[in-house]
Amino acid sequence: MKALILAFLNRIKTSIRAFFNKIRLPTKKPKITSSTILAHVIAWVIATIWLIPFLGVFIASIRPLSEVRFGWWNLQPFTLNFNNYVDAWAGQTTSPLSTAMLNSLIVTIPATFLPIIVSALAAYSFARFRSRTKDILFLVLVLLQTIPQQMVIVPIYTLFSNLSLLNNYVGLILLHTAFGLPWQVLFLRNFFSTLPIEVEEAALVDGASYFKIFRRIVLPLTLPALASLVSLQFVFVWNDFFFALVTILSPSAKLAPQIIPLLIGRYELNFSLLAAGSVLVMILPVAIYVALQRYYVRGLTAGAVKG
Amino acid sequence: MAIFVLYPIVDTVYVSFLSQGKGNFVGLENYNYVLFQKVNPLINTANILQGVFPMGALIHNIIWIGIHLPLTILFGMFFAVLLRDVKGGTIIKAIVFLGVVVPLVVGGVLFRYVFDKDAGVVNAALRVIGLGDFARDWTQFRDTSLFSVILGSIWIWTGFAMIIYSAGLEGIPKEMYEAASIDGASRWKTFWRITVPMLRSTTLVVVTLSILWELKIFDIVYVATRGGPGGASSVLAFDMYSEAFQANNLGTGAAIAVILTLMTFGVAAYLVNRMSKL
Repeated sequence: MKALILAFLNRIKTSIRAFFNKIRLPTKKPKITSSTILAHVIAWVIATIWLIPFLGVFIASIRPLSEVRFGWWNLQPFTLNFNNYVDAWAGQTTSPLSTAMLNSLIVTIPATFLPIIVSALAAYSFARFRSRTKDILFLVLVLLQTIPQQMVIVPIYTLFSNLSLLNNYVGLILLHTAFGLPWQVLFLRNFFSTLPIEVEEAALVDGASYFKIFRRIVLPLTLPALASLVSLQFVFVWNDFFFALVTILSPSAKLAPQIIPLLIGRYELNFSLLAAGSVLVMILPVAIYVALQRYYVRGLTAGAVKG
Repeated sequence: MAIFVLYPIVDTVYVSFLSQGKGNFVGLENYNYVLFQKVNPLINTANILQGVFPMGALIHNIIWIGIHLPLTILFGMFFAVLLRDVKGGTIIKAIVFLGVVVPLVVGGVLFRYVFDKDAGVVNAALRVIGLGDFARDWTQFRDTSLFSVILGSIWIWTGFAMIIYSAGLEGIPKEMYEAASIDGASRWKTFWRITVPMLRSTTLVVVTLSILWELKIFDIVYVATRGGPGGASSVLAFDMYSEAFQANNLGTGAAIAVILTLMTFGVAAYLVNRMSKL
């Protein structure tokens, strides 16, 4: 586990380094025209507009509320403190984010790996074994991807309360698994069909079993695709709000995104506290994205471009 | 899969035909209610748009698509083309894309803060250019809440459109641009004659996925406005939640879910149909 965390941190470190390497401008400059200058100005204006909301929330989160009540850009006086983070983490006014984030991890980790294992096996058989029902099943999978969460939630709620799975993470994990399967199977099926079949045939001739071929030959080649799936599904599940909102009702069992609306409160809005909570809740998906950016984006575009 | 997706879909359709409480079969009464009868007492009936069509949430989704779709397509394509040729473009792309990665509840918080009366950037900018009289909590007023949430969602979703377009741009052969520049075509002409037509299938995908996203929108509305004030910024998915789990009327909630799903299926069927022709 420790090695895993270290490897993860290392990955982040190299990403950040690569990030800054890109900033450094090359010494040899191409000829500069007015339209290139204009393009650069527009580009950085865009970057500023998109960065300001994040910047505002971050600055508000590290200062006391009294200083930012009339705008986080008023820098006099500037008191740096982390009381907002302590309050949000320990839960002065609502359920503590420390518990909620742990709960979110307990749900997200199994709900990330379980569907990926199932979909890898299903997609492999989809891509390699011919059957007549395959095309129909394929169409069903495409349609299932578009089902809104609202379409299943009423029977799920009734089912969960009958089986006393409300406030229980097993139900939620299975629900996320079922919702992750359609797009993951499609994604992996597309990926498997690009792998050369000759290698597998050779292994089959040499007497390897289907399972052994899958484990020894196909799986190692599939690692980049799996990295895409892991990063996407982790972020989806962690960010999910609706399923948790309906099925997890007890205050101590709530997940991290559920705490955000609670921090808004009914009457007075303590924005510094809310900002600190927001930063804590978004830090993990953002870290995953920064670390696995290439795989994340590739997964998203491959799924989208192939439909 | 069967237990968590297929059975619930069938059961939701079934529940949508039942009355509240006793569960008698009432045919299309729930649909009639949510589409034509339901008038939120808080909605200003003098407002013609909502007075004539009590299906406020459905109209809001359509307004949402009408504003959000063209702007994200425009921004997404423009950003992708612009940032391809700019130094540090990959970093700017990563910044713009961050909105897609953060939880949508946090996204709602981010732009609620931007539109805040005292602490928000938008109102500060208005004061700077001398329009301070217009400063207000944009998300908390009936006539502006829907539009401010839509603007916020454009800020979030543009990153997605941009990333898909960037991938689409990589598929355009460089030779086409070289040939165009040899022929002396202007940048403008190159963009309209090569880039846009070559991105046609990408645009189809972006349009479809954006409409699906716009129909399913829930989290940011819940956080930024709670559908309020008085239902002025409610959308189908939020209406479904408040009918089924706050008003405890599963039948009408299910009816809204079925309407929503029929719309998403329509969009998906269109995409599958068009993709198979390409």
